[in-house]
Amino acid sequence: MARQTLAQMSGALATGETTSRALTEAALGRIDGGDSELNSFINVCADEALAAADAADQRRAAGDAGPLTGIPIAHKDIFCTAGVPTTCGSRMLQDFVPPYDATVVRRLAAAGVVTVGKTNMDEFAMGSSNETSYFGVVRNPWDPDRSPGGSSGGSAAAVAAGLVVAATGTDTGGSIRQPAALTGITGVKPTYGRVSRYGMIAFASSLDQAGVLTVTAEDAAMLLQAMAGFDPHDSTSADAPVPDYVTALGEDLAGKRIGVPGEFFDDGLDAECAAAVRDALAVLEGMGATIQEISLPNIGLSVPTYYIVAPAEASSNLSRYDGVRFGYRHADAADLEEMYKLTRKEGFGAEVKRRIMTGTYVLSAGYYDAYYLQAQKARQLIAADFRRAFESVDIVAGPTAPTPAFRLGEKTDDPVQMYLNDIYTIGANLAGLPGASLPCGLVNGLPVGLQLIGPAFGEAAVLNIAHQYQQATDWHLAEPGA
Amino acid sequence: MALSRQDVEHIAHLARLEVSEDEIADYVAKLSSILDMVAQLGETDTTGVEPMAHPLDMAQRLRPDDVTESDQREFFQRNSADVAHGLYRVPRVIE
Repeated sequence: MARQTLAQMSGALATGETTSRALTEAALGRIDGGDSELNSFINVCADEALAAADAADQRRAAGDAGPLTGIPIAHKDIFCTAGVPTTCGSRMLQDFVPPYDATVVRRLAAAGVVTVGKTNMDEFAMGSSNETSYFGVVRNPWDPDRSPGGSSGGSAAAVAAGLVVAATGTDTGGSIRQPAALTGITGVKPTYGRVSRYGMIAFASSLDQAGVLTVTAEDAAMLLQAMAGFDPHDSTSADAPVPDYVTALGEDLAGKRIGVPGEFFDDGLDAECAAAVRDALAVLEGMGATIQEISLPNIGLSVPTYYIVAPAEASSNLSRYDGVRFGYRHADAADLEEMYKLTRKEGFGAEVKRRIMTGTYVLSAGYYDAYYLQAQKARQLIAADFRRAFESVDIVAGPTAPTPAFRLGEKTDDPVQMYLNDIYTIGANLAGLPGASLPCGLVNGLPVGLQLIGPAFGEAAVLNIAHQYQQATDWHLAEPGA
Repeated sequence: MALSRQDVEHIAHLARLEVSEDEIADYVAKLSSILDMVAQLGETDTTGVEPMAHPLDMAQRLRPDDVTESDQREFFQRNSADVAHGLYRVPRVIE
């Protein structure tokens, strides 16, 4: 059976053709049957989901339903869910049950969305392959020997395999867009501050942003409409009006200016991926957009800048895991310091510890100016490149990842090789900009992603171009094993 | 830049991470290769560049210092490994 879209489900609910209970039972059944190999879920909450589905059906019967009421989705296990375990992919939080809902969870629940479970992820979102999860690797539904990308790898695999129609994700350096590219689905990371970070377990607070993984750009627009907006609980939440993303999808592309940075087509980009992205740009040009070469001269600094800023912020954020108030605790330490050290040794996995160590080092006495301060200056240069580009173009476009999905285990011994996977996605995080990845081809039977980056708060323009591309092509409908 | 094993032990102490003897060589190698990768930033001319404080150049918002939360101590303490009489228990700190 072909994978449904969220918009189709929404329509079928509105006409009474189906119910939330039927959709939710079907999703739970697919997870039960199809997830043992993928390992895309850490927790499935069937009882809570069915209760929420019945409530959604009653709400619809009472004439109080919106477009999302009754749609079953999954949340990345980084979003706190009251009463439902939230692990962040870590042994440290294996038994953590949040006392409250993240704003993303609360807003979607208020719109009637049903949560069927929590998806697997790289531990504390630190990884690009979903191999650092304490709960095991996630497999790519296109080829079980390959990675689905990360860190939102569970969300991506679950949507690509059609277990759920959509899932939330977070993107600190590409963690929505890269797994979306590697699994052949649509992923959208909004502008920094567009969606509340409240209740989203912190990795690097100046970069973290919540978004969605879906089959289509239209589905993403429908979800973001409910997620975006000011939240007094997040001190960096943007107090800016949320436009109507769904209405904006219909604009035609005549006169849209798309900038293509030459730097994104470097030696590291697989030639066949480059060809698929060029083909996609030609499609957009055929629809009336103009394509112009641009330059982001400092974009080459983004990987080193990110791997200073993100670990520095992570080392600070993760200092809260001391075993005292919540999370794992080493039980029989002789003194307090030993308790901290053993709790953190046993509670964190290898990649998380490497990032904490890197971050601690670059912030330590004598090194701060050379590393962190210099990185914050380089970040300014990268952001300025984008600002300059958006004076002459509406959207920046290029590849999402340098290659299609790589093999599990291929990069685990060399952290720097793994980090280079984020080379095209990190810039948008450093500059705080919205970005998306959409399927634009297959190379050796594996999906390739086209990345779109918009100006700050330009989600509507990103979604519009993505949707128009999906009206003209059907790469987003290609399914694994089909 | 190459880190020494003393560097690794020092950083691990600052980060309150126990590092066992057999992990040190791996940390020395991998952290050194990460620092080599980020070292190229040192060659970038950033004279006169203002370090970025916020990705969108926004100021931090303030709110009135009003009490808005209720006391849910017992509820919140359910996530702790060891509590007694409403307090968090840890190994002895004061002799």
